[in-house]
Amino acid sequence: MPVVKADLGACQGYANCVVGASDYFDIDDDGLVVLLRVDVPEDDRKRVEEAARSCPVSALMVVDE
Amino acid sequence: MNRALIVGASVGGVKTAQALRAAGHTGQIVIVEAEAVAHPYDRPPLSKGYLAPDAALAQIALTTADELAAIDVQVRYGAAATALDPTRKLVTLEDGEQLGYDSLVIATGARARRSPWGEGPGMHVLRTSADAEALRAELLPARRLLIVGAGFIGAEIAATATKAGVTVTMVDPLPAPMSRVLNDDVGQIFGDKHNTEGVDLILGHSVSSVERADGGGFHVALTDGTRLDVDAVLVGIGAVVNTEWLEGSGLVLDNGVLCTPGLAAVGVDDIYAVGDVCRWTDATRGETIRLEHWTNATDQAPIVAHNIVNPTAQRAYEAIEYVWSDQYDWKIQVVGRTGATDHELIGAPEDGRFAVTYTADGRKLTGAVIVNWPRALVTCRRAIADGTDIASVRDSLARLAATSADARARA
Repeated sequence: MPVVKADLGACQGYANCVVGASDYFDIDDDGLVVLLRVDVPEDDRKRVEEAARSCPVSALMVVDE
Repeated sequence: MNRALIVGASVGGVKTAQALRAAGHTGQIVIVEAEAVAHPYDRPPLSKGYLAPDAALAQIALTTADELAAIDVQVRYGAAATALDPTRKLVTLEDGEQLGYDSLVIATGARARRSPWGEGPGMHVLRTSADAEALRAELLPARRLLIVGAGFIGAEIAATATKAGVTVTMVDPLPAPMSRVLNDDVGQIFGDKHNTEGVDLILGHSVSSVERADGGGFHVALTDGTRLDVDAVLVGIGAVVNTEWLEGSGLVLDNGVLCTPGLAAVGVDDIYAVGDVCRWTDATRGETIRLEHWTNATDQAPIVAHNIVNPTAQRAYEAIEYVWSDQYDWKIQVVGRTGATDHELIGAPEDGRFAVTYTADGRKLTGAVIVNWPRALVTCRRAIADGTDIASVRDSLARLAATSADARARA
């Protein structure tokens, strides 16, 4: 199943991902992305990829495992 | 063939190309870009990290040649579009070549408004990587920089230059910095920050004259009587949309390309606009809107891609404004529509962590300015999207502020 990966070194806490897919992403008190789920069923893939692409610093990726 | 032609390798153009493939576009995708650069690049860092002496263009790449090849997107650099014939579906390039298309995406963005004091050494605007590289060469310690215009670009460069040891004077005729989105009392908080960090911020006055000095630099006079000598001038007085190439094409131009709620150009077939150049009719607000925001371009891209791939099931674009800015140790985030009279400050600017919440109708949260407070940002972005009432947003932010104050006291 595809999985979503986050680059915590790149994350700047813009929260575009939270707006795009709040069931997958949250932001913690330090402004870093928190992955609420890692596995991405095919039905969600397009939506989660869109949320990942909305990241201003490209800190998120959906990849096939 | 079914060719999607995208004019502009800006963030809007590149994200549209990516979204077209994601949406199932199987035809050709070609991007033509006026700038002769090695790869598409991101603009927000130009006024921040890219001004650092060791920054490289590759660090601000929007995508790489390999990634573009992997999704079969061709990009031609140094190829400015000069004319459009929507009847024959042809775009003319600077060298006279004509490119046909089945769908066209206009992503030509905007350019910096030119300096009223001419060009040449020491006189700068900031919009392109070349602009940033020219400015970077002058940001040396002990140099003196005048910034004309205290909008986002001016304020960010003031912060970056001050950090680099440059002596900065910033002047704006308006009473507060970033006044397009901040009302005066909130803008004052940011003005105080610039002053505290060492910028000489002169508000409510403008430049009366700029003259080149013998041996380099400029003699400057301001309308408040201030006279100063500077080594360089940065003019940050807004942007002008790049639509000249569309004049005479039949597209409706009104400070941008006038578009439907689905971002299709009004009056022609198979043409869309994305990003700074797009003025669309917002179905909910019943007005036309044009935004010069990174997130606006990236949010529009999947809508344009969907509407190209699914012409009979068009989606409307609904914007929630969002901009960010890094100035000194403040991460500033502005969401929704700010500037309304009814606003409340939560938290304390002197702690470097606060939020200002706005309501335009007295009922719902319609906008917020947030500094160094990630949880407040998430709360406000969700509340604006959900239409949450202002009282409950202010309550939860006040609770959040109390909790984090407790946590800090215990730490």
